[in-house]
Amino acid sequence: MHRYANPARFLRIVTAVLPWSAGASAVLLPVGFYLALLGSPPDYQQGDTVRIMYVHVPAAWMAMSIYSLMAASSAVALVWRHPVAELVTKAAAPIGAVFTAVCLITGSLWGEPMWGTWWVWDARLTSVLVLEFLYLGYIALVNAFDDATRGARAGAVLVLVGFVNVPIIKFSVDWWNTLHQPASIMRLGGPTIDIHMLAPLLVMALGFTSFFVTVLILRVRAELTLRKLRVLRLAQATA
Amino acid sequence: MTGAGDFWAMGGYAAFVWPAYAITLAALVLLLVTALRAQRQAERALAMLEGARGRRHARASSDKPAGDLA
Repeated sequence: MHRYANPARFLRIVTAVLPWSAGASAVLLPVGFYLALLGSPPDYQQGDTVRIMYVHVPAAWMAMSIYSLMAASSAVALVWRHPVAELVTKAAAPIGAVFTAVCLITGSLWGEPMWGTWWVWDARLTSVLVLEFLYLGYIALVNAFDDATRGARAGAVLVLVGFVNVPIIKFSVDWWNTLHQPASIMRLGGPTIDIHMLAPLLVMALGFTSFFVTVLILRVRAELTLRKLRVLRLAQATA
Repeated sequence: MTGAGDFWAMGGYAAFVWPAYAITLAALVLLLVTALRAQRQAERALAMLEGARGRRHARASSDKPAGDLA
């Protein structure tokens, strides 16, 4: 772990990964969109609205896994004071906020024709809305400090406290009554979804993941450059 | 699915399916564009600062006797 704390080495590694993640996104996302819109059948009950699932569910997975990644890197940042871990958390937050918004909006567009309502204050929907506020709250908190290090530290504490929400989202459909359907992919006993619907879902999920990695690398590189800028300015001011 | 008209109609759910896809696509484009712009801006700011430092260093050393250049 400490090997990757060196910003220069970290930069070299992510720069080597970037063309692969960008290439994977350029292949997986078009294939995913094709399979989702043309290469898969309509559902026997939900008709063509089931196609919303192929963007809604991967967006929800991203919303939760990006937050989990932020919690892990926040823990690393707090325990070992790694500057790179702080930058990764900060760079991931806006991406997670956008995927959570996509999840909420597409879910609403799916809920209206299938449930007869855009929104319901049940545990699943509300806990995902809380996740969106955690992302936005983290971004606001980190940017509220003049001292970037203090801001990152306060943000890391917020992310870790908010992590309690992630298992609540995951199990909300089992713990409480809800309009939302229970898990059909990540469940004990294997997926209960037909292969023709599983394929576009998984391709899209992989495409979203590689796209996230690509954007994260771009943002981390920008954050590393800004950090260098701050160090240079500080050196200049004290010189 | 028999033709392009059926495809766009989405079984009568066009008003829900297409906005969902439009928003997803817009979100992906937004993420990519803002990330690229952030990187460009950071690099430009760094280049400017380093350029200013370079000029000041050059000025500072030209004030000194020629032997001190290193």
